[in-house]
Amino acid sequence: MDPVIDVRGAVKQYGAGDASIFALDGVDLTIYPGEYVAIMGPSGSGKSTLMNIMGALDIMTSGEYFLDGIEISSMNESALSVVRGRRIGFIFQSFNLIPKTTALANVELPLAYQGVKASERRKRALAALDVVGLKDRVNHEPTELSGGQQQRVAVARALVTRPALLLADEPTGALDSKSTADLLDLFDRINDAGRTVVVITHEDEVAHRAKRVVRMRDGKIASDTLNPGRVA
Amino acid sequence: MSLLEIIRFALRGLTTNKLRTTLTTLGIAIGVSSVIILIAVGNGSSKQIQSSIDKLGTNTITIQQSFGGFGRRAAATASARKPLTIGDAVALSDPTKAPDIKQTAPVASANATCSVGTNTSTPGTFDGTWPSWFEASNTSIAKGTYFTNDDVTQGRRVAVIGNTTATDLFGTASPIGQTIRCGGIPFTVIGTTTIKGSNGFQDGDSLVVAPITAVQRSLTGYGGLQSIVVEAKSAGVQDLAQTEINTIMDARHKITNTNNRDYRTLNQASLLATSSSNSSVFTVLLGVVAAISLLVGGIGITNIMLVSVIERTREIGIRKAIGAPKGAILMQFLVEATILSLVGGLIGVLGGFIGSHFKIIGVQPAIVPGSVFLAFGVSVLIGLFFGGYPASRAASLRPIEALRHE
Repeated sequence: MDPVIDVRGAVKQYGAGDASIFALDGVDLTIYPGEYVAIMGPSGSGKSTLMNIMGALDIMTSGEYFLDGIEISSMNESALSVVRGRRIGFIFQSFNLIPKTTALANVELPLAYQGVKASERRKRALAALDVVGLKDRVNHEPTELSGGQQQRVAVARALVTRPALLLADEPTGALDSKSTADLLDLFDRINDAGRTVVVITHEDEVAHRAKRVVRMRDGKIASDTLNPGRVA
Repeated sequence: MSLLEIIRFALRGLTTNKLRTTLTTLGIAIGVSSVIILIAVGNGSSKQIQSSIDKLGTNTITIQQSFGGFGRRAAATASARKPLTIGDAVALSDPTKAPDIKQTAPVASANATCSVGTNTSTPGTFDGTWPSWFEASNTSIAKGTYFTNDDVTQGRRVAVIGNTTATDLFGTASPIGQTIRCGGIPFTVIGTTTIKGSNGFQDGDSLVVAPITAVQRSLTGYGGLQSIVVEAKSAGVQDLAQTEINTIMDARHKITNTNNRDYRTLNQASLLATSSSNSSVFTVLLGVVAAISLLVGGIGITNIMLVSVIERTREIGIRKAIGAPKGAILMQFLVEATILSLVGGLIGVLGGFIGSHFKIIGVQPAIVPGSVFLAFGVSVLIGLFFGGYPASRAASLRPIEALRHE
């Protein structure tokens, strides 16, 4: 089976000369379809940088990144916007919903940028909101939703384009324990449906749910283990 | 991603911050309408001056007695000066010597107070002249008739009066056929002139015109004339007529030094040129003021557009992270800027048209079509450029850079 994510020799350097810092210092990571990976590490270990590069939100200083077998780092801006829109669903710690815009409109947005027709868009957005259990909140604006609900809207927005890969950067960092549990259940269901899920976290509770745990330190991968409790 | 979709995004962007949208629109509208109105005021005032000069007759040259300068040299030559005479007026009418002169009218001016019963009026102009004066001075009759050459020959005491004089003496009643006493001499009113208005110095309707023979016999005596009004055949031959006047008058008055004539000529065309150049200076001045206000308005637009883009950089990052192409984001901001500047510009044009209906410091503004297009075009261009430039910069950021923006 071909990997979904294949990062080879990723280096991300900030600054130049003596003052330069390596956020990533030669990272190799391969993730296959259907995996549920948690990336852990202390702050400054480079896990967020790696996530942003995998999500095509940032570029690396050197190295190669194949997403579904396609080299990303040499793509131009318009090709990258297609990759972001169709192949990757990205979830942020701070939700990043468009303010003063309803949940439905937020979920429809990625489809709108892909040129999906309005009626089709609405149908798919409602279905995605149903999956995350927010069918009765579709016309609420972000400020009218709780943190957990906002994050579920963000998950619906990430899923609505049916990406193979779901990337989540500390998705539970701003949530209470009840919302965290709900969200993790949701991730389990998403992964059970066959999607690849990659989560950054520093909470053990989150990492326990993943099938594979990658630990990072100082821009390098320190350990890469299967989670015995989860892998059947 | 269709254009309609982008317009919907833009409209949503505009309606989410209504106060900012309203203020920007207002700024553009004020800039545009002030340019239109100020230029219209400048244009209106120059038109006003022009029309009052037009009423004086642009083909007209007035010859007046010159009293030289002041001082000993002027006094020494004063005895050699000849007054203007009816003979001069007749000589200037010679069609062979003066082919470009249509007609002439000698003017003998009196100072007299006119009265009817207890009503009195002192006309600003009390002229004895020939019937040709009416056409030469561009004066037409509103009611009644002109006096005729026969009236002049017979020295009949008949008069044509202006509207101000008529109102002073008769109120709203018709003056035609009535008798007025001017300087104690009775004149029968046979006509009234159409309203001329003021030329800025003098009320053109405070006027009594009578046959020169009657005025000279009863009021002024047979001394020198006040002036001779000469009408050129057209405005185009005014310079030729001027030369003919000088040739004839120099010969009759035995002028050897043309720098020291005992008469002078006033040309309406030169008066017109002076005043219209004055009023165009005025228009340019107002235009500059208006341009500055448009510039200030433009800086306001720029500022608001910049702030609007900067505070939404994070939103741009979110949109890019979920797959928005750079073009779609840029288009959204351009459409927002276009809607703002179009709506603001149109309101400004509307305001300009409405504002130009009112008299401003006594001037009826007249809209210059070019100023409408200029003001509208400049405001739209400013909106597009200064909305588009920061948006294009923000849309070119990598999503992660835009997302980190606070």
